[in-house]
Amino acid sequence: MTAGPIAIVGAGLAGLRAAETLRREGYEGKLTVIGDEAHQPYDRPPLSKQVLTGWVASDHTTLPRLENLDDVDWELGHRAVGLDLAEKKIVLDDGRDVPYDRCLIATGVRARPWFNEAEAELDGMFVVHTTDDSRALRTRLAAKPKRVLVIGGGFTGSEVASVCRMLDIDVTLVELAPAPLSGALGGVIGAIAADMQRDAGVDLRTGVRVDAIEGDERGRVAGVRLSDGTHLDVDVVVVALGGIRNTEWLTGSRLAASALGIGCDAGCRAFDGNAIVTDDVFVAGDVARFPHPIYGYQMMTLEHWRNALIQAEIAAHNMISAEADRRPHVSVPWFWSIQFEVNIKSVGVPTIADQVVVTQGSTDDRRFVAAYGLDGTIVAAVSFNAGRYLEYYERQIQEAAAFPPVLDEVGQATGDDPVPAAFPPQSELTNRPTVVLTGHSPTEMRVERKFPEE
Amino acid sequence: MRVVVDLTLCQGYAQCAFLAPESFKLSGEEALMYDPAPDDAQRERIMRAVAACPVRAIFTEPAPGADA
Repeated sequence: MTAGPIAIVGAGLAGLRAAETLRREGYEGKLTVIGDEAHQPYDRPPLSKQVLTGWVASDHTTLPRLENLDDVDWELGHRAVGLDLAEKKIVLDDGRDVPYDRCLIATGVRARPWFNEAEAELDGMFVVHTTDDSRALRTRLAAKPKRVLVIGGGFTGSEVASVCRMLDIDVTLVELAPAPLSGALGGVIGAIAADMQRDAGVDLRTGVRVDAIEGDERGRVAGVRLSDGTHLDVDVVVVALGGIRNTEWLTGSRLAASALGIGCDAGCRAFDGNAIVTDDVFVAGDVARFPHPIYGYQMMTLEHWRNALIQAEIAAHNMISAEADRRPHVSVPWFWSIQFEVNIKSVGVPTIADQVVVTQGSTDDRRFVAAYGLDGTIVAAVSFNAGRYLEYYERQIQEAAAFPPVLDEVGQATGDDPVPAAFPPQSELTNRPTVVLTGHSPTEMRVERKFPEE
Repeated sequence: MRVVVDLTLCQGYAQCAFLAPESFKLSGEEALMYDPAPDDAQRERIMRAVAACPVRAIFTEPAPGADA
């Protein structure tokens, strides 16, 4: 076990669970947790649900500490601005260095801002990612706006639209794909989500984008213009276009960090830019780009609550374990969303599938399970108000069972035939680094990465 | 006190919503909404909910003064 010191960059769910795991597994050395927000580690899922409805105050989602962390050095309200792999130190925004023997990077994502900076400055523009974001939006929703526009029909955007309807606020949701949730669940299940939204009174507009957001003479949001020429009067706009991974602070380091995330092995050890694994820098949570063996060792990032938790525990364990005792991060991913009084849960990785079939229940009742397949193997399943069946599908995925699945063990099958899952094309990242090789001798070549201008 | 529910584990058995209805509510048939910062006066009920959860999805901090 290392004598330390250990530094954790990122004070969200992953950073907190890693710190707890280190102490639980007997690490007694110096432990520093660095977080750019001034708040103690807090939970984010409630911020787009019970906080926006007004039931729970925005500053009431502080995570419980499952271990005593009183002796941790909490560097909260300080941003890490650099990592020096050679000197083994993290540089903070106030110029101080935090030395480490082992470090964990769990800097997560931030909300993608509206692309037009002038429009983004208007009073009435919101994102939902931090506790401060959620408080600001809750205050505005409590004042009963005339109409809210949600840009983006992913999970967060759909949850915000759901809250608006619960509060009896008129809401329009604009999604460029043919259906909400289709980026995560495909167009077939997305069409069911679309029906759910329309039944709840959401003015859902798919296949269009927002071309312009207009302000009044006092700089407040007054209306929007859509790509189909429609003009809408709205006074609140919620931008829910996903996240940007917080990796820019590592651009000057030699780590394999980019907009795609930070490359790492299944043991959560970071790759350097040459794709050689480090042994003292670990990665966990939304920024970790890791190979998943059951998905053909494809490199993937997962922005899911449970992935952050499990990866943090494994990374922390591996940070203080001898090589023979290290564990791989190979569990099947899970996520959930609560919207329109429906509990949506998913196991596996739906986005890699080419086919989907409703296996149990009824989509009309919004109580069903659908399985996803790729090349005749089950890779994921999603449930709407039928979560307790998913453990069966998790085992099927773990065992690489055939698709479509046989359901003798869990009950009545629908008898439906698989159809194309209809995932929209993946958007290309524009700010990934250009990789060039330097050197002449094949055994002495190195990778150099050139980042585009921000 | 501080509470977090692992909603991946939660299967909507709603034992918590019966035992501590001020802090745990179902939205629809099985979606759980909960108060992550219930008043300390709720501790006894919350701890009953923690113990009764069939999938052990509810996590709290140890009570002040309790053995960690």
